[in-house]
Amino acid sequence: MSGSPMSGTPRSGAPTSGTRPDPGDSPPLTVAVTGAGGSGAVTAGLILLEAVAAAGLFGLLRRSAGPQIRGGESAALLRFGPAPVHCAGDRCDLLAALDWANHERFAEEIPLDADSLVLTDPAAGTPPAVVAAGDAALREIGFADSARERAGGRPNMVAVGAAGALAGLPLDALLDGAARTLAGKGEAVVAAARACIRAGFDLADPAERLRKPASAPAEIPQRWHINGNEAAGLGALRAGVRFVAAYPITPASEMLEWLAPRLERLGGTLLQAEDELASVNMIIGSAFGGVPALTATSGPGLSLMLEGIGLAVASETPIVVVDVMRGGPSTGIPTKSEQSDLNAALYGLHGDAPHLVLAALDIGDCAHTVAWATRLAWQLQTAAIVLSDQSLGQSRMVGEPAPVAEEPLAALQHPTAAGDAPFRRYAVTADGISPMSVPGEPGLAYTADGLEHDPTGAPSSRAADHADQLDKRRHKLLAHDYGPHWAEITEPADPDAVALTLLTFGACRGAVLEAAARLRAGGHAVRTVALRLLAPLRRRALMHALGDTRVLVVEQSHGAQLFHYLHAEQALPAHARSLARAGPLPLRPGEIVDAAAALIDAHRGGP
Amino acid sequence: MTAAHGRSTEQLKASIPSLRAKDYKSDVKPVWCPGCGHFGVLAALTKTLAYLELPPEQVAVVSGIGCSSRLPAYLAVHGFHGVHGRALPLATGLKAARPELTVIAAGGDGDGFSIGGNHFLHACRRNQDLTYIVMDNEVYGMTKGQASPTTQPDWCRSKLTPHGTGMRRFQPAAIALAAGASFIARGFAGDPNGLTRLLAAAIEHPGFAFVQVLSPCRTFRPEQQEWKQLVHACELGPAHDAARAAELIQRDDGLGLGLLFEQKIPVYAAGVAADAADTLTAAERLAAIEAEHCR
Ligand SMILES: Cc1ncc(C[n+]2csc(CCOP(=O)(O)OP(=O)(O)O)c2C)c(N)n1
Ligand code: SF4
Ligand SMILES: [Mg+2]
Repeated sequence: MSGSPMSGTPRSGAPTSGTRPDPGDSPPLTVAVTGAGGSGAVTAGLILLEAVAAAGLFGLLRRSAGPQIRGGESAALLRFGPAPVHCAGDRCDLLAALDWANHERFAEEIPLDADSLVLTDPAAGTPPAVVAAGDAALREIGFADSARERAGGRPNMVAVGAAGALAGLPLDALLDGAARTLAGKGEAVVAAARACIRAGFDLADPAERLRKPASAPAEIPQRWHINGNEAAGLGALRAGVRFVAAYPITPASEMLEWLAPRLERLGGTLLQAEDELASVNMIIGSAFGGVPALTATSGPGLSLMLEGIGLAVASETPIVVVDVMRGGPSTGIPTKSEQSDLNAALYGLHGDAPHLVLAALDIGDCAHTVAWATRLAWQLQTAAIVLSDQSLGQSRMVGEPAPVAEEPLAALQHPTAAGDAPFRRYAVTADGISPMSVPGEPGLAYTADGLEHDPTGAPSSRAADHADQLDKRRHKLLAHDYGPHWAEITEPADPDAVALTLLTFGACRGAVLEAAARLRAGGHAVRTVALRLLAPLRRRALMHALGDTRVLVVEQSHGAQLFHYLHAEQALPAHARSLARAGPLPLRPGEIVDAAAALIDAHRGGP
Repeated sequence: MTAAHGRSTEQLKASIPSLRAKDYKSDVKPVWCPGCGHFGVLAALTKTLAYLELPPEQVAVVSGIGCSSRLPAYLAVHGFHGVHGRALPLATGLKAARPELTVIAAGGDGDGFSIGGNHFLHACRRNQDLTYIVMDNEVYGMTKGQASPTTQPDWCRSKLTPHGTGMRRFQPAAIALAAGASFIARGFAGDPNGLTRLLAAAIEHPGFAFVQVLSPCRTFRPEQQEWKQLVHACELGPAHDAARAAELIQRDDGLGLGLLFEQKIPVYAAGVAADAADTLTAAERLAAIEAEHCR
């Protein structure tokens, strides 16, 4: 095979005649690398992502793995282009299969069509029926043979070269990417990888390129190379979190693992707890001590933490719980994304327990939203649940850094009262925020309590005390000025012509933005509203943003949880429609475009 | 951990006139039944704090839920009355965040050995510098008299278990030892002086100090009034190696009072002290962390 690495019938789609990519004529490309455990598909994806960064482009790398704990087949799905990439695309342009082990597991995640190009190594078996019977053009390319010709060569590196060349990534960027990604493995490994990448690059038929190679611009603005779990951790550090209690759970563990050594560098502490009942109560203890604290978990852990979160609400102790959502209920689908913990986050607490629920809108925004949630929790002395999900937490982007909030750390406030005895820790105040002391302050001792209490904190079951404290805890959240961060709103060129608003929250914002761009390009004036603050709901601001447009509520849950919540809050017009689909597959922009277009067609002539 | 609270206990001690036990009591009137053993624990603890001359603002007492767990509100130190079973994690988080504080967790046998049993095991293992006081009355007092883990298997006075629990009793001291606790003592609420001595030793012990306090429930276990006659000094203790302590604890009838086991082992310290040679500011360290993700 090694003599004729590329052979086969011409691909059905016309070759793209790209010049240097620019946002106007160059939509993002999706390149997938798949292979059995140990084949290095994920490493290949990481190198390609670094190459994207080196070329000055933007990228999003998602990973998909089989059910094995370790060493099973895996797929790296890279989408990149000259503009920020926020979501999975509708289709896959290029698939480099290092082998076909259990490929059926990925078939639905890697949609191939007549314009797709598939690289297959004849030495690694024949494509399965799902691929062979499809319309995608197959090209045989001898990854393994070529690798064998080079000392220490590996087929996945040849695939990086070939896929990179066909996708229009410059050779220098690919070599750079390998050096960065493999730096920890020693010079010999890097040299072998680079030799293989060169060989793969040369094996790709220039006539089949999906994009012409672009040279990196001289000046590349600073970009973040980060996943959502790391970004969430960074946001926590930025906001002053210095204590984290952790109980491992997919897909949140990486956030905790990222934080452990970095907290130490900042003089903070991460403590591995015996369970989530412990972790949530540990962060309450830390916050009571005046040290901002956070924990991260996923659905099953959130369920265990709910009693503790209620304690934080009642005792007015600021805590932050990040829920990196996965498929549910119960153990569900631990490695795949879903937005189905929204109800648990909103409604899971017993009693009347107003608290904050926020959702990160993209990978970089995990930093901003967690930092904002931490500040809010401390300003408002309450619990904040931040919803992220697997698609944000475990996907890696090359993108724009999240800006540091204007508010400096000093804005964290735990007001201190004068020493009038006894200290009225839970005094009713105009803004609902009571003075909070921390241990170490003489004359300001009090007992924080989850039992209903009077203004001094002494247990009370009197109706008036209950009413006062309930009112206070609600009022402080409702009276706060949340500024513009409650949602991200985008408008078409002519905002007055908007007929349809796509309303979403959290990670679905990426696919919604892309759908809106396509609809706008097709002549539809579409607005998008992506909610970052879900509770307390900024109902008036939301209704103002929706105006009298048609509304499509887009979310990734089976039960249309956001749609029902907004209806219950009377924030939606009666004619609002729902596009809700469960995981594990990502919500794709094409689905949203189809649903939106159908809605627009059905109601031509006004709502 | 935070600069504002960085004054050392010694500095504060020097700055206050010595306090009496009553200065550690709050104005909140206990809800306990007259004759409840928990009064004795409250009295012994305030005496202990006065004896150790701990400034009230440097002490935090945290608890779960139960009659016994009401303790913090009756003290004039910082307190947290949390949820049922979670006193130890609260204490662990507070101590990790504010290592300079004296942190005491307190509660009942139901709170600590049943719903919070897992935390008990792991707190023993962790050996963080905490004191844990369990007021053991072999019953759930607050919920009106159900069997707890330390209740006798044939105790039939609860409607919930009219034939008894049929389960063997939880052995607090033996389990603490097996789980790795470095200080184990048993006191009696009716012996305030002895209990004060044990509590003082427990607070001064570097590491996790577990004090089981036999604290009679007058209302639901009236027969415990006999404890006054039955308790006795533990003859063989204290032991300093685990094998001897195991023997001592097993041979005892569960009413032997005193220090049962004490061992000096490394105290848990989450995280490591910052590198002294590293002169970066906090902002510079954070910037370096951000830079790892910049291209
Ligand atoms: C999650 C939860 N479950 C049950 C209860 C009810 N409850 C309150 S106190 C208690 C038992 C307390 O017994 P113990 O800890 O021995 O304390 P005592 O009252 O005997 O001092 C129970 C079951 C609760 N408050 N929370
Ligand atoms: S019920 Fe028992 S434990 Fe509770 S206060 Fe009364 S005597 Fe004490
Ligand atoms: Mg009890």
